[in-house]
Amino acid sequence: MPYAIPGVLVTTDWVAQHSTDASVRVVEVDVDTTAYDQGHVPGAAGWNWTTELCDTLIRDIVPIKKLEELLGRTGIDNKTTIVLYGDNNNWFAAWAFWQLKIYGHEDVRIMDGGRKKWLAEGRPLSTDKPSFPRSTYKASGPDLSLRAFLPEVQKAVQGKSAALVDVRSPQEFTGEILAPPGLPETCQRGGHIPGAKSIPWAKACNEDGTFKSQDELKALYGGAGISGNQPVIAYCRIGERSSHTWFVLKYLLGMDNVKNYDGSWTEWGNLVGAAVEKP
Amino acid sequence: MGHGPSGETWSVQRWRSRSQVSNLKYPEDYSRRQQEVAGWPCTIETYKLGDIYHCTIANVDPGARIARADGSTREVAEAQALEKAARYLGQTRRFPVD
Repeated sequence: MPYAIPGVLVTTDWVAQHSTDASVRVVEVDVDTTAYDQGHVPGAAGWNWTTELCDTLIRDIVPIKKLEELLGRTGIDNKTTIVLYGDNNNWFAAWAFWQLKIYGHEDVRIMDGGRKKWLAEGRPLSTDKPSFPRSTYKASGPDLSLRAFLPEVQKAVQGKSAALVDVRSPQEFTGEILAPPGLPETCQRGGHIPGAKSIPWAKACNEDGTFKSQDELKALYGGAGISGNQPVIAYCRIGERSSHTWFVLKYLLGMDNVKNYDGSWTEWGNLVGAAVEKP
Repeated sequence: MGHGPSGETWSVQRWRSRSQVSNLKYPEDYSRRQQEVAGWPCTIETYKLGDIYHCTIANVDPGARIARADGSTREVAEAQALEKAARYLGQTRRFPVD
């Protein structure tokens, strides 16, 4: 069965054939911000999530003017087909995808399998940093129907008005650890938001980094009671892993009302007096 | 993937034919495996690009990079990355969940 939004995923073959088309811009976004410099899809731009896809002063997603400047300097206009890919099952490619949709870009796609699949297939890499003719970009939005803030999550917990999906690892969900192994702890308490279901984000992917089939995804989320019959709010630690799950639920499974709570556990797990469920 | 007369794949030839893309390298000797490091499951990804081996070690869940290192051989790159990864992963605290 095809995914809900056909064409939102492109194959590595498709990228090899189209990545330097004038109407297409391929962009690599990695969790490992050094990966792009090691070698990337020839002709691809690289975006750094720690500096370019966020507000570096306050904690927030990229401001609209900064996004317009980033897209303009990447040679992207409002009609460009943006193909995102990255390391680790397209984790941060999904983070960029979510922000581009918040700001209304129409044609955004993800290269299925990401950097891992491209490398494993032995496809060529370039260390050249391409330059692009500057374009003018006019963003719209923000579309806040894609994003949940703390008050909405608190209301959802109290009224059970939305299904909460915690996409962190089981050990983070139970509170055994406060951050993924080897990373800095960013919260005061461990555990999860009361009522949340634990469905780790990477379960949506195959070993080669591609997304599982629609039937498999339906079984994965449906088995935990996430079928799209009620609004869904996904969260993780800082909102990036949950943007991946948001993408799966909204674009591959076609659920209408799905939001990413990017405040996530670094917000909830630091709130004075907030209810925490363990394990 | 088909190979042309020069031995390069067609896709490489196609890339080389595009004036804006140069300095192409071809990943070789790619490997990816899971191994426990300091008590945590990790993914070790290594490949050779040009004359350099690149090794990246990530935690399995969520897959964030813990350490990376380069070396003239696979063994050198992986040993350096493993040493760094063990140091970082050893700082992870576990809390009782009962």
